[in-house]
Amino acid sequence: MQVKEYKPLIVAFCCNWCSYAGADLAGNNRLNYPADVKIIRVPCSCRVNPMFILRAFQRGADGVILCGCHPGDCHYTSGNYYTRRRMALLFSMLDYLGIERERTRVEWVSAAEGAKFAATMNDFAEKVAALGENKRLEDLRCKK
Amino acid sequence: MQRIGVFVCWCGSNIAGTVDVEAVSEALKREPGVVFSTNYQYMCSQAGQDIIKDAIKEHRLTGIVVCSCSPRMHEATFRKTAAAAGLNPYMVEIANIREQCSWVHKEMPIGTEKAIILGKAAVAKVNLNTPLTPGESPVTKRALVIGGGIAGIQTALDIADAGFEVDIVEKKPTIGGKMAQLDKTFPTLDCAACILTPKMVDVAQHEKIRIFSYSEVSEVKGFVGNFDVTIKKNARYVKEDLCTGCGLCTEKCPMKKCANEFNLGMDTRRAIYIPFAQAVPKVATIDPDNCNMLKNGKCGVCAKVCTAGAIDYTQKDEYIEEKYGAIVVATGFNPISMDKFDEFAYNQSKDVITSLEFERLTNAAGPTAGKLLRPSDGKHPETIVFVQCVGSRCDACAEKGKEYCSKICCMYTAKHAMLTRDKYPDTDVYVFYIDVRTPGKNFDEFYRRAVEEYGVHYIKGMVGKVSPEGDKLIVQASDLLADKQLKIEADLVVLAAAIEPDKSARSLATMLTASMDTNDFFTEAHPKLRPVESPTAGVFLSGACQGPKDIPETVSQAGAAAAKVIGLLAKDKLVGNPCVAHSNEMMCNGCSSCERVCPYGAITYEAKEFRMPDRTTLVRRIAVVNPAVCQGCGCCTVVCPSGAMDLKGFANEQIMAEVDAICK
Amino acid sequence: MSSNKKNLQEELIRISGVNPRKCMRCGKCSGTCPAYDEMEYHPHQFVYMVETGDIEPLLESESLYKCLICFACVERCPRGVEPAKLVEAVRLAAIRKQGNNRLTANDIPALLDEDMPQQAIVSAFRKYTK
Repeated sequence: MQVKEYKPLIVAFCCNWCSYAGADLAGNNRLNYPADVKIIRVPCSCRVNPMFILRAFQRGADGVILCGCHPGDCHYTSGNYYTRRRMALLFSMLDYLGIERERTRVEWVSAAEGAKFAATMNDFAEKVAALGENKRLEDLRCKK
Repeated sequence: MQRIGVFVCWCGSNIAGTVDVEAVSEALKREPGVVFSTNYQYMCSQAGQDIIKDAIKEHRLTGIVVCSCSPRMHEATFRKTAAAAGLNPYMVEIANIREQCSWVHKEMPIGTEKAIILGKAAVAKVNLNTPLTPGESPVTKRALVIGGGIAGIQTALDIADAGFEVDIVEKKPTIGGKMAQLDKTFPTLDCAACILTPKMVDVAQHEKIRIFSYSEVSEVKGFVGNFDVTIKKNARYVKEDLCTGCGLCTEKCPMKKCANEFNLGMDTRRAIYIPFAQAVPKVATIDPDNCNMLKNGKCGVCAKVCTAGAIDYTQKDEYIEEKYGAIVVATGFNPISMDKFDEFAYNQSKDVITSLEFERLTNAAGPTAGKLLRPSDGKHPETIVFVQCVGSRCDACAEKGKEYCSKICCMYTAKHAMLTRDKYPDTDVYVFYIDVRTPGKNFDEFYRRAVEEYGVHYIKGMVGKVSPEGDKLIVQASDLLADKQLKIEADLVVLAAAIEPDKSARSLATMLTASMDTNDFFTEAHPKLRPVESPTAGVFLSGACQGPKDIPETVSQAGAAAAKVIGLLAKDKLVGNPCVAHSNEMMCNGCSSCERVCPYGAITYEAKEFRMPDRTTLVRRIAVVNPAVCQGCGCCTVVCPSGAMDLKGFANEQIMAEVDAICK
Repeated sequence: MSSNKKNLQEELIRISGVNPRKCMRCGKCSGTCPAYDEMEYHPHQFVYMVETGDIEPLLESESLYKCLICFACVERCPRGVEPAKLVEAVRLAAIRKQGNNRLTANDIPALLDEDMPQQAIVSAFRKYTK
């Protein structure tokens, strides 16, 4: 049997105004980060329903990261404050369920912080990879 | 089922260098719903766009995915392309395989694999896209300005000059605001009245401007372009249309001992009064707390002397309903109360005054006719101490002071000190400061002139204590540069009190659903790029209600707010962003969660009748999103416990499909 | 301020040609001073004390003679206050307190000496005739 090299699967939700632009800037500056990170664009970090994160874990994601504007800089004035509180709750629940804290993260990345985006993704991917596959929440019925 | 076309762009070698574009278009061809897939060197070029247009027509595509650069770059381009080929522009999705794939990954197999996954996610999303049409709403081409100080006056004049009708609501009997109380203005020392009163007259005479003085806004409904506002016109017991402003009543009224608020209580007026000679509108007002006729029905002198028959003791508050397209908030500021600052003996000695009181004392139309005399004994003060930052930059005690810098005090104190030395060269003038902050055109030069030419003693250090002793005030302070404590025998102490937003601002913000900071200053939509707009569409900010400001800054902000209002009113209808929240009325349980988190006040509740299967009707409370106000952040969709609220263009289903596609 | 103090202050300002009010207390003079560590009153304090008329302590201080008159402060002052000139003026004031030490043009020939350099004569004259 051939052993496949383990590659973590990471879903990143990025708000359209700051973090998605930050990710674009990382691209413009050719700053590398692992291809395991796949970005989903949302209008605001507060658009991310905890369901999306649960779904990602259910479908076999190994880590989920949420990026938004810095506190006080939200395009919609207060969205990221809601995000911060919601995710604090969700992540503590996930922790209780056995999803390690390192698999979830909220990070503030502005449109000017391409380098921070790449560094964050490198760091996050490394931590998630160190934890190995996420089997806790994965729904085996979804497995091919 | 959708018929989706996939277009993979090479972007020259930018994408094709690290991504096997052929493999990507082949892989995506097998995705559900995809009926056509191709790749081309430059999709954004005319030739590339033609490929898309032709494919839409030839394959009767209902949705397209462009795998190319960031949507922030060319989403608009491809939406236009789709629209030109007769496809709804919101049926276009972009997979970002340049900035977020080919540019950050170096190896071809890795890049190709990721590009395919990103493409699959976009295809999964397009499968669930629905055609969206931006909503339209009409615009009432009239503006309301709340507050009649220099900010409100300038905004109203600028809007009216552009040809739109403007109403000014001012709670005082006259417009003019704080600027009307000032003596001279820094740094040019123009007389405030000389530059303000002509503007007040312009307002009064402008055919497009109406003034509601002695009035307040009592209710605001509606949204951008369509506000319904109720204005409460307080009873002034004088018929405005009949009063000629002759002032006879204000001379004959026997109630002489009413504190004159225009002079900050430093002298008295009658119970019927006109605040100052150049008041606009120049109409008398009866102060119901002091009028004998209104209190006990005895007197009636003013009605007897009024030849115009303008006095009406039976007048009632009146409510007027008006429609506006835009609202400008210009509620201004007030100095904070000095009651809590015992150390400066403000309440113990009449000779400790605030800077605004000092303005009145030096104003030719003030209580002393412009002579600088001590309020206690009317003597000329020989030593004057000015104290800066009283209550400003004071975050230790919230009920006492304010944590912010009030911005204008350094300059007006320099002005007061300079003018005092100019008029009375024999006076010794001390200014105690923490920092002297003079950023502004000709501001620092002005302050240096006060020091160098007029010999004002600027001492770095704060006054710790003022104690009245006999007819003197002993000012105990530190001189930080000489490292010693000073005791100065002063005749007059002037406190540069911090400024705070007008008290009416908080209730107004609630009515307007406009946001405020912790200090009750209105928040702007963006601190750098949208400084005169409130986050609530159609509500604009002018002057010190948004933060401490001097006159030149207020006037420029007032003009900027007017320009934004004109831009709004010039439109015949407003075209919104179609990616807004909407509530499924069958699922909504009327819990108000969404309403509470909406930063724009876009969500309201209404009672709606539902026909039940048993032919009865049921009235239920449901959320309704106003698409003209909603900005599409999606915060409400997450708080909705029943899942009734969703965001068009970024629906729960769509994002979920993207997650599934990525995690497959 | 007493009239004595005031006279002294006006005298210093006249002798030095410096306007201490120009000072905005940035401290660059003290920041640049090579004799800083030797002085009890530093150049910026000098200016401030003259401005506030607090000159007596300066007259008696050692630091008056520690100043090298290197003119670094004069060179670097952003407001053109010229603290070194003020120091020199205070030195003069201190010397004058010690009795009659003014020169008139007529006194000079008697004091001259063959070996004295011309420059010394000119500078003495400049110093003692203000």
